[in-house]
Amino acid sequence: MGGMRTYIIRRLLLIIPTLLGVSILVFSVSMVFSPEERAALYVGEGGFKAAARIQAIIKKYGLDQPVYVQYYNWLKNVLQGNLGWSKSLNIPVARAFTELWPASVEIAIYAAPLIVITGIMLGRISAVHRDRWPDHISRIFAIVGWSLPTFWSAIVLLAIFYGALGWFPPGRLSPEAQSIVHSAEWVSYTGLYTIDALLNRNLFVFADALRHLFLPVLNLVIVGNAGIMRVMRSSLLEELHKEYVMAARTRGVPEKAVINKHAMRNAMIPVVTMAGVLVAGFLTGLVITETVFEFKGLGYWAAHAATQLDFPAVLAFALFSGIVFVVSNLLVDILYAYLDPRIRLG
Amino acid sequence: MAGSKEKELGRVPLRERAWFKELVFTLKRIRESPLSLAGLTIVAFFAIIAIFAPLIAPPQPGRDPYVMPRHGYLATPKPPSDEFPFGTTEGQYDMFYGCIWGTRTAFRVGLLVVGGALAIGVTLGALSGYFGGILDEIIMRITDIMYAFPGLILAMAFVTAFGVGLDNVIKALILVGWPTYARLTRAGVLQVRQEDYVEAARAIGASNARILLKHVLPNSIYPVVIVSTLDIGSMVLTAAALSFLGLGAPIGYADWGQLISMSRNWILGEAGNPFAYWHTYTIPGIFIFTFVLGWNLLGDAFRDILDPTLRRR
Repeated sequence: MGGMRTYIIRRLLLIIPTLLGVSILVFSVSMVFSPEERAALYVGEGGFKAAARIQAIIKKYGLDQPVYVQYYNWLKNVLQGNLGWSKSLNIPVARAFTELWPASVEIAIYAAPLIVITGIMLGRISAVHRDRWPDHISRIFAIVGWSLPTFWSAIVLLAIFYGALGWFPPGRLSPEAQSIVHSAEWVSYTGLYTIDALLNRNLFVFADALRHLFLPVLNLVIVGNAGIMRVMRSSLLEELHKEYVMAARTRGVPEKAVINKHAMRNAMIPVVTMAGVLVAGFLTGLVITETVFEFKGLGYWAAHAATQLDFPAVLAFALFSGIVFVVSNLLVDILYAYLDPRIRLG
Repeated sequence: MAGSKEKELGRVPLRERAWFKELVFTLKRIRESPLSLAGLTIVAFFAIIAIFAPLIAPPQPGRDPYVMPRHGYLATPKPPSDEFPFGTTEGQYDMFYGCIWGTRTAFRVGLLVVGGALAIGVTLGALSGYFGGILDEIIMRITDIMYAFPGLILAMAFVTAFGVGLDNVIKALILVGWPTYARLTRAGVLQVRQEDYVEAARAIGASNARILLKHVLPNSIYPVVIVSTLDIGSMVLTAAALSFLGLGAPIGYADWGQLISMSRNWILGEAGNPFAYWHTYTIPGIFIFTFVLGWNLLGDAFRDILDPTLRRR
C-alpha cells in the first residue's frame, strides 16, 4: 500500500492551493463592500452605528490597508474562528454555525443515503430492463426530478401533506416536543434530535423529529436522485456488454449473480466519482428545502441572511460550502484510488 | 498578404463549412430522438408565448410591461375566473399576465446569462487553449476555484455583494457560469490547434488573431454553443430559485419564481378548504417545470455530444 500512501499525501498537498483560492474568492467578494460596511464584520453587540466606533474598528483591523495585508488579517481571523457578526441572527457567525449545524446534518444523514440508494436502484432497474417499460418509467422519473424546481416541489408537498392532510408539519419539532428538549432532564448528546431522543429513551420526541424530517428528506430525494440514476444506468449498460460479463454468462452463472456480483461492482465506480457533484446539489437543495419547510439549519439561515444582505453570514456559508465540496472531492479521490489501482499507480 | 493567399486557395462551399456540418448533425440528432423532438416542441411553444406576449396579455399603455397589473389591493388571492383565467395572487396581481410575461422574463434571463457566460468563457478558454503557458495555468486554476462552489450558493454570495435585483441575479449567474464554457472551449481549441490546416495557416504567416478567429474557433466552438444553449433551462431554474428566495425580481414583477414566492402565505389554504389558493403556486410552478423540462428533454440527445468517439461528422 505504499502507492496508496504517497497518493494520499500528494492529493492532500494539492488541496492547499485550492482552499487558498476558495478563501481568496470569498475574500474578494467581501472587498466589494466599503471599509465602513466591512467594519460591521468585527462588531459585536451594541450600537455599532456610531461613526467614531466604525472609524476605530477600521483602524484597529486595518480595513484601509493594502489588499494583501487585509487578506492576511482576514485569513488569520477566519482560521481563529472569527467570522464576523451575523446581523440577521444577531449573534456571531461562528456561534450560528455551532447552533445550526445539527439541523442540517440531521437532514443529510437521512437524505444522502436514500438519494444514493434510490438512484442506484432506479439506474439498475433501468439498465437491466433496457428499453422496456421499467426503463421508460425510471427515465421519466429521472428527467422529471431533474427538471422540478426544488422550491416548487417543496411547496406542493407542504400543501398536500400538511395543508390538506395535516400529517407532516413544517419546522423541526412540535411545541410539545420542544418543551421536552429544552427541559432540564434532556441531555443533548449530539444536537441531532432523532439520535438524542433514542439516547434519552424518549420515543415521543423521536417520532416527532422523524415526522418533521419526512417532507424535507422526501423533497431532497425526489429532486436529488436523478443524477445518480442516469450515471448508474449508462455505466451498468456499458459493463453488461463487456467480455467478462459474457464469460460469466457462458459459464452458466445465473443472471442475477452476473449483475450483482460482477457488473454492479464495476458499474459503481463512476457513481463514486459523482459524489462531489452530489454534494454541491445537496447543499443547494438544502438551502431551498430548509427555507420552505422552515427547518432552521444552515441553509435556512443562509437564505434569510442573503435577503437581509447579512453578507458575513452568506460569505461564511459560501466558504463553508466550498470547503465541504473540496474535502468531499478529496475523500472521493482517495476512495476512487482505493477502488481502482490504475489511478494511484498511473 | 496572408488573407489574399488564403482566398486564392478557394472559398469553402457551404456544405463543407464547419458550422453547416454541425447544424446538419444537430438536426439529425434531434430527429433521431423522439424525446428531443418533444423538448423542441415545448421550447418552441414557450418561444411563441414570449414573442407574442404583447398580443396574448396586452400591457397597459405607458407602463412597464414587466410589472403585473393590479386589480384592487385586497391581500387574499382570487380563484381563476372569466376575467382572470389564472386568478389573482396576493395583492390582486393578474396571474395570467404574470405567467405570460414571465415567459419573456425567463427567455431574457436565460439568453442574457448564457450569452454573457459564453462570451467570457469562450474568450478566456480560447486564449487559454491557444497560448497555453502561464495564462492557461492562471485561467484554469480560477475555473478550478469557481468549481469548488455550488452554483446557487456562489450566486447568492455575489447577489449579496451586488445588491438584490433581477439584473444583479443575471450578473451573478454570468460570473458563476463562464468556467464551464471556458473549459469546454479550451479542450476544443487544444484539439484543433494541432490540425494541419492550422499549421498551414501559420506557415503562410497568418497572425495569431487571424488563426484563432478564422481557423481554430470556428472548428471548435460548436459543441460549446450547443451545451450553453441547453443550459438555458437550468440557468432559468437557478434564477427562479434566487427570485423565490427574495434575491431577484421585486414583488409584482412578471417572474415565475417571484410568483411562487408571493404564493407562500397561501399554501395552506383556508379552514375547510386546504386547496383554496392552489392556483397561486400550481400555475407558475407548471410554467417553470415545463420550460425546464423542455430544455432538458432537448438536451437528452446531446448528453454525449462532447464524447468524440460518439460523434460522427
